[in-house]
Amino acid sequence: MPKLTINGIEVEVPAGATVLQACQQAGVEVPHFCYHERLTIAGNCRMCLVEQEKAPKPIAACAMPVAENMVIHTDSERAKKARKGVMEFLLINHPLDCPICDQGGECDLQDQAMAYGFDRGRYQENKRAVKDKDFGPLVETSMNRCIHCTRCVRFIGDVAGVADLGGIGRGENMEIDTFIGQALGSELSANIIDLCPVGALTSKPYAFTARPWELRKTESIDVLDAVGSNIRIDSRGPAVLRILPRLHEDVNEEWISDKTRFACDGLTKRRLDRPYLRRAGKLAETTWQDAFAMIATRLKGVAGDRMAAIAGDLADAEAMFALKELMASLGSANIDCRQDGAALDGSNRAGYLFNTTIAGIEKADAVVLIGTNPRLEAAIINARLRKRYLQGGFRVGAFGPKLDLTFPVTSLGDGPQDLVARATEFLKDAKNPMVIVGQGALRRKDGGAILAAARDLAVRDGWNGFNVLHLAASRVAGLDMGFVPGANGRDVEGILAGCEKGEIDFVYLLGADEIDTKRLGSAFVVYQGHHGDKGAARADVVLPGSAYTEKDAIYVNTEGRVQLARRATFPPGDAREDWAILRALSGSLGKALPYDTLAALRTKLTQAYPTFGAIDQVPHAAWGSFGKAGTIDAAAFVYPVTDFYHTDSISRASPTMDACLAARMETDARKTGTHG
Amino acid sequence: MLADKDRIFTNLYGQHDWKLAGARARGDWDGTKELILKGRDWIVNEVKASGLRGRGGAGFPTGLKWSFMPKTSERPCYLVINADESEPGTCKDRDILRHDPHKLIEGALLAGVGMNACAAYIYVRGEFYNEGLHLQAAVDEAYAAGLIGKNACGSGYDYDVFVHRGAGAYICGEEMALLESLEGRKGQPRLKPPFPAGMGLYGCPTTVNNVESIAVAPTILRRGGAWFAGIGRPKNEGTKVFCISGHVEKPCNVEEAMGIPLKELIEKHAGGVRGGWDNLLAIIPGGASVPLLPKEICDTVLMDFDALREVKSGLGTAAVIVMDKSTDVVKAIARLSYFYKHESCGQCTPCREGTGWLWRVMERMVKGNATVAEIDMLLEVTYEIEGHTICALGDAAAWPVQGLIRHFRPEMERRIAEYRKDAAVRVA
Repeated sequence: MPKLTINGIEVEVPAGATVLQACQQAGVEVPHFCYHERLTIAGNCRMCLVEQEKAPKPIAACAMPVAENMVIHTDSERAKKARKGVMEFLLINHPLDCPICDQGGECDLQDQAMAYGFDRGRYQENKRAVKDKDFGPLVETSMNRCIHCTRCVRFIGDVAGVADLGGIGRGENMEIDTFIGQALGSELSANIIDLCPVGALTSKPYAFTARPWELRKTESIDVLDAVGSNIRIDSRGPAVLRILPRLHEDVNEEWISDKTRFACDGLTKRRLDRPYLRRAGKLAETTWQDAFAMIATRLKGVAGDRMAAIAGDLADAEAMFALKELMASLGSANIDCRQDGAALDGSNRAGYLFNTTIAGIEKADAVVLIGTNPRLEAAIINARLRKRYLQGGFRVGAFGPKLDLTFPVTSLGDGPQDLVARATEFLKDAKNPMVIVGQGALRRKDGGAILAAARDLAVRDGWNGFNVLHLAASRVAGLDMGFVPGANGRDVEGILAGCEKGEIDFVYLLGADEIDTKRLGSAFVVYQGHHGDKGAARADVVLPGSAYTEKDAIYVNTEGRVQLARRATFPPGDAREDWAILRALSGSLGKALPYDTLAALRTKLTQAYPTFGAIDQVPHAAWGSFGKAGTIDAAAFVYPVTDFYHTDSISRASPTMDACLAARMETDARKTGTHG
Repeated sequence: MLADKDRIFTNLYGQHDWKLAGARARGDWDGTKELILKGRDWIVNEVKASGLRGRGGAGFPTGLKWSFMPKTSERPCYLVINADESEPGTCKDRDILRHDPHKLIEGALLAGVGMNACAAYIYVRGEFYNEGLHLQAAVDEAYAAGLIGKNACGSGYDYDVFVHRGAGAYICGEEMALLESLEGRKGQPRLKPPFPAGMGLYGCPTTVNNVESIAVAPTILRRGGAWFAGIGRPKNEGTKVFCISGHVEKPCNVEEAMGIPLKELIEKHAGGVRGGWDNLLAIIPGGASVPLLPKEICDTVLMDFDALREVKSGLGTAAVIVMDKSTDVVKAIARLSYFYKHESCGQCTPCREGTGWLWRVMERMVKGNATVAEIDMLLEVTYEIEGHTICALGDAAAWPVQGLIRHFRPEMERRIAEYRKDAAVRVA
C-alpha cells in the first residue's frame, strides 16, 4: 500500500488507486466533472488538476495512479491557478441561462463555479451555438450547455452497453450525438440525466416542473420489477414529480431503469380515488360503508371453499398478510400470489430466490439463463451481468429464443431440450457458476420439472448459484408468508376454473390485474387496488388502495432482501392504505383482525415469519428439495416480457411509457435487413 | 557545413532511383543481417551512444526510449512509425517516404530488433497519397527480396511491416492519438500514464518514433554511434534534415549538422532571405508550434534543441519558416491560431475552448480592434492552456502567440492605437 502526502496529510491507499481517490480518502476535496467512480476514466475536463512535487506540469488527479512518496498539493497557487483557468474555459461557451435551466440548484458547474471560478467573465466573443439533439422521449437536450465531459457517452457505451451515443466533430465543434438521430435504445438511458454534471441532458417529462429545493425527498423502494431498486421520490404537495436512484451497492448501485424512473406519471392517471359499486352493470361511486356492507351481504352464507383471493404483483407484504389472515378466518384456503401460475411453492425458500444475490454476480464466472430475458425483466440485473462480462472471464449461455443482452450470449437451444446435459457441459469448468431460471420457464406446464432440473446445475462447495428471477415485487414476500393455496386449496388456475364452473362465488383481487378476468365467470369480484386496470373493470366492488409511493410498506426483492417503501404522498381522494382497508373490512365482516396499527401488524408478521424483520438484509435461506419430477417439453421458451415499458397497472397508465414504446417501435421500424 | 560523406539521406532530392536497386546502390540493406545478429542490446547501446534525439519535435533520446521496452513480454511488442507529418512548414518525412523509403523500412527492421518488436506499423498522413504508394511499393519489394517478413534478411528474425493511411487529422500525429486512430477509433490522445512502452497499440508494449528517427538508425548502426555523435554539439549530436520555407530565395530541404547557425543555414542552402538578411523580420525555427524569433536573435542563434530552448523557442521539427519585412506578423500568427483551433480534437477543456478563444482575439488583434489590456489577457489565456492539456497540442497553440507577444508587442499596441484613432475619425 503506497503512502503519499496530500496537503501535508499522510495517507496510505491501496495500490492502483488514483490520486483523486487518495485525496477523497484524506478528506481533501478535488473538484471534477468528467470523473465518475462507476465509469471509465476520461481525464478530459481537467478540473481535477493538482500539483505534484517534482512534476513539470499539474497532473490530472483522476487519472494519475498513486506512487510511493508522492507529494500532492491541491491548494497551492499553481493548482488553484490551473483550476481557475479550466473553470474559465468551461464557462466561456456555457450559456448564462441558469434561471431557465432545469439543472439549477443541483448543478455541478454552478456549484464549482462558485467555489473555484473567477468572479467575472473576460470572454468578449460570441458564445458557441449548438443544435439540440433528439435523444427520445426521456432525455431533453440543451447542447449549448454541454461541457463535453463524455460521461453520457461512457455510460451508454460501457454500462448500458449500446453503441448509440458518441462525440462527433472535433475541437470546439465536437458534439455529443446519437449517430443516426434516433432515441437511445437502452432501458437504462435516463441515467445520463443524473450523470450530466450540467443542464445539457435533463429530464423531458419533468421539464420546467419544479426546482430541487421545493421538493420533499422520500427514500423508498421501486416495485415495478422484482429488483427492488432503491429510489428517492421527489414530491411536492400531493404529486410525485420525479423519481431518482438512491445508492445501494448491493442492489442497483446508482442506476435505475427508465421504467422505474419515469412510470411515476402513471400515478396520477386512471386512479381509483373512491369506492365503487356495480349497479345495473355499471360501476357507480359509493361510500366505504356501502361498499363494505355490500361485501358483507354477498359473503353471508358463502362457504370458505367457495371463496378465493388472488394477490397481484404490486401488493405489499402487510396487505397480503392481512388478506391471508382474513381469508383464513373466513375458512378459505383458496389464496394465491402467483397470478401467472409460476411453478414455485413456498416450501423451500432457497428454491425461489436469487441466491447468489445481485452483487454476487460479480463473483460468478459463468451463467446459464433458462427462459429469461434479463434485459427486459430486470434491466438492473442485466447491467450487473454486463459489468461482470466487462471484467472478463465470464460466459453466458441461454435456453430460449435469440437474445440481445448487450453482451455475447451462447445459445443452448430455444427450448429446454437436453437442459441438464447442455447446461452441465456449459458450466463444467466454472468455479462459481450461476443458473437463472426465469418466469418464461416457470410459467409453463413443465415449470416444476424445469425447476427441479435446474436445482443442482450451479451448486458447488460453498457456492449456491441457483437463482430465480422474479418479475413481481410482491412475489417473494407472498411466497415467504405462504400466500399460496392451503390444504385442498385452489391455486390461480383452480380458482379461475372454479369460477368458470360456478364453484367459486366470491373472489378478492388484491391488485391482481394480470389474470384472465373473463374467466371469473359470474363470481362476485372485489377489487382492491390503485389503478382502474383490468381487475377493476371486472369488479363488482372496487376498494381504492394506495400505490407504492403512498404507503409505508415492506417489499421483498428477488434476492429475498427485505426493504421498506416509504410514503411520499397521500393516496388520492378516499383511497386508503391497503392493510387498513382489509382491517376495516374484517371489522365489517365481524372477523376483526387483531391489529389496529401498522406497527402491530408488522409485529405479528415478523412473529409469524421472522425473515420480514431483517430489513435490508438477505436472510440465509436453507437449501432443500424443490420442484417436481416430470417430463420436460421441448417446446421453445416464450419470454414473459415483450414490452419493457408496460408491465403493470402503473406503467400501463403512464403516458411517458407510451411515448417510449412508440419511439422504440419507430426505431425498430427503421431497421433494415442489415441490422444485426 | 556537413561534408557530403557524412550525409545520410543521399537521395533527399529524388534524383536517383528510390526503389530497392537504387537504395542498395546507395548502401541501404548492406549487412543488415549482421547488424541484426549483433543483437538487441548492441543496437540500443549504439543508438544511445549516437546521442540521437527524436526527430519528431520533442527531442527525447531515441536509444533511451527503445530501452524502455520490456526485456521480456508475453504480449507482442510493436514499433509504430509516425509518418503523419502535418506540422506546418515541415516536409522532411515526405521526402524520405518518396525518395528514400528503404532507409525507413530497414530502420524499422533494425529498430524492431532493438525493442524485440514483431511488427512495425507505419502511419502515413492521408494527404501523402503518392508517398504512400512509394512506401507500399518499397515494402512489397522488401518482402519479395526476403528483407522483411519471415526470417528477415536471413537472420532468423520474423518481422512484418504494415503501411496504414491516416485520414488527414493533425492530431493523429500525436503518438497516443495515432495509436487510437490505428486501432480504428476517433483520433484523440490517450492519457499518460500508462505510457506506450507499457501499454500501447492494442494494449501491448509499443514505441512510437518519427520517420526521420527511424530512417537514420541503419546508417548510425553501420557507421557507429560515435560517428554520429561526432557531428554537432554535445547533447545535440548528429545530422538533421531542415526544411526551409517562406521568404527565402530558394526554399529547400537540406540535411545539415545539428547546431549550424541559423543565418548560415539560410544563406548557404536557401539562397538567403528575400531582399537580403537585413530584410528579415522574424523566423519560426521549428515548425508552427514553436515561438518565433525576431531578427536580432536569428543573427546568432544555433539550430539545435538546447540553443533554441535558451532563446525560449524550440527546434521542433526543424521547419524553418522565414518571414521578411513584408509580412503581417500578427496575421501570420493569427493564421496559426486558426490552424490549432481547427485541429484541436476537442477532448480536453483548455484546448477545446482555449484555441478558439485565442484565434478570435488574434483576429481582432490583426485589425487592432482590441484594448491593450487584452494583450495581457491573451497572454494569460495562453498560460492557462499551456501545460494543462492531455497532449501537447495545447502547448503548441499557446507558444506562437506567446512568441508574438514577447517580441512584437509594440506592433500590436501600435495597431490598437491606430484602430482607435481611425475609429475616432470615423465617428467624427
